[in-house]
Amino acid sequence: MENTVEPSQQDAVLRRRNSTGRWIEFIKKNYFLYVLLAPALLLTIIFKYVPMYGAIIAFKDFSPIKGILGSEWVGLKHFEKFLSSPNFDVIFMNTLKLSFFGLIFSFPVPILLALMLNQLRKAAVKKNIQLFLYAPNFISVVVIVGMLFIFLSPTGPINQLVIWLTGKPVMFMSQPEYFRFIYILSDIWQSAGWASIIYVAALANVDPELHNAASLDGANLLQRIRNIDLPTIKPIMAIVFILAAGGIMSIGFEKAYLMQTSMNLPASEIIATYVYKVGLQSGDYAYSAAVGLFNSIINVILLVTVNFIVKKLNEGEGLY
Amino acid sequence: MAVKHSRFDRFLLTLNAIFLILAVLVVVVPLVYIVVASFMDPTVLLNQGLSFRVSDWSLEGYQKILSNPAMLRGFANSVLYSTAFAFVTVSISICAGYALSENRLAGRHIFMTLFVFTMFFGGGLIPTYLLVRELGMLNTVWAVIIPGAVNVWNIILSRTFFKGVPNELKEAANVDGASDMKIFFQIVLPLSKPIVFVLALYAFVGQWNAFFDAMIYLEDSKLHPLQLVLRSILIQNQAAPGMIHDQLAMNELKRLSEMIKYSAIVISSLPLLVMYPFFQKYFEKGVMVGSLK
Repeated sequence: MENTVEPSQQDAVLRRRNSTGRWIEFIKKNYFLYVLLAPALLLTIIFKYVPMYGAIIAFKDFSPIKGILGSEWVGLKHFEKFLSSPNFDVIFMNTLKLSFFGLIFSFPVPILLALMLNQLRKAAVKKNIQLFLYAPNFISVVVIVGMLFIFLSPTGPINQLVIWLTGKPVMFMSQPEYFRFIYILSDIWQSAGWASIIYVAALANVDPELHNAASLDGANLLQRIRNIDLPTIKPIMAIVFILAAGGIMSIGFEKAYLMQTSMNLPASEIIATYVYKVGLQSGDYAYSAAVGLFNSIINVILLVTVNFIVKKLNEGEGLY
Repeated sequence: MAVKHSRFDRFLLTLNAIFLILAVLVVVVPLVYIVVASFMDPTVLLNQGLSFRVSDWSLEGYQKILSNPAMLRGFANSVLYSTAFAFVTVSISICAGYALSENRLAGRHIFMTLFVFTMFFGGGLIPTYLLVRELGMLNTVWAVIIPGAVNVWNIILSRTFFKGVPNELKEAANVDGASDMKIFFQIVLPLSKPIVFVLALYAFVGQWNAFFDAMIYLEDSKLHPLQLVLRSILIQNQAAPGMIHDQLAMNELKRLSEMIKYSAIVISSLPLLVMYPFFQKYFEKGVMVGSLK
């Protein structure tokens, strides 16, 4: 048999495998792959993992002169300070509410859009509608918020309508009670179309014969959507939901920060904007790092929890 | 064979079409408003709203914005930052993605875990800022390009792409005695044009629209990208800070600042607006490749 190897020969092979010679050979053969990987790996270690290490300043009284290592340990002092500060309840709840309502209201819209787009028979019409619906995704957050200020200003077009109806303008951008509504609605306006792509593509793969057979059996459109289309996109829905829920505490700093006015702070101050102000504007690095770390940890806990729940509900199909 | 529709179905389909048209209007009307308003005489716009009479039109907003040095510098900076960022981040992602797609890369699962972990957990804003400061990158172009250059998502996308490249191509070259380097540069890279293009588009658009890193790392206003200039015009209402001091000119300043908002939006979105219809399918492709995993 050609696969049989003499015992002594086998030993030699094994010995060679265990020796450093094998490593030298391996590296000689594959070093270039590691060269290709090196830049990404190096930058990730420097700019992602070093800051994770740097986050220990959250447990120290950081002084720039003594540096990260030299500063004194203070344990959970900064965390206790944040948790017991009068701002905590407001900021924490603002963060949670903005993300939670954002998730609840933003999640279904792309699915609905995709189901609707899927019903269009003419490919050209569908393409053109998609072209328009995707466009806002490419507008910068600065421009989006700028447009909000323009449209919702006391003299802007929305208020001209409001004045015509009720006689007096509404101060949309300076009243806390409108903040979340405006934030979430404009978010849906900007990203729902784009977020529908992944569902549209999945639906396009449904065998038309399935729909055909179902309609011959007397199923109407709604029944076909419920029993054919929805099960098709269910796995994608689960993954999108887990990812969104995992990001619940890392809700976009940028938009909330740009939308902030001194008047709407009671609703618009979230953990991320607080970290920025306390840390970079006031220079209280250690405290601010503690608040940021608190946020990240909650985030990871949420991701793991939601993944666990969805996995249970979704017959063992989760993100990992 | 097409599906036969009952009367109820046809009613639903009509409703569906109406809702989709409404959705398109909801998206398009605000954008059209901005474009039309940018060509309007600001006084007319403020008093009567949009008008389609030629006599109410004016190019003053564009004249003002195009003669605004901050805006022009911001535009130039953004072109530079976006191009440089796209080049750096795509090069890094393609190389790493290719390496990770090869099964003979020992430790690839550890590397992948190392990358993916950073998608869900990070040291946070402050430690990152302190690091960038420590490295002497504050107020340099590098601060907006290097710290964010590794995009894990892009690495996953390119890894997926390279896994789809038929092994036979590489094996054939291997038999001919070509080195890894030769295989990468002469066989793999030319094949990866589509993924390079998609990633570069994403990177360019992302950097073009970004303002946060620039806001925290670049104090010098000469280095500010377009989005920061826009922020001062659109949100902080500083059309021309320090230009006009006397009270009489305040009204003029207010008129000016209202007027240039619209043209500033149009000018800043122009590169993307022009690119978008042509590149829509590439953008879509990016989403799809990622979802296959």
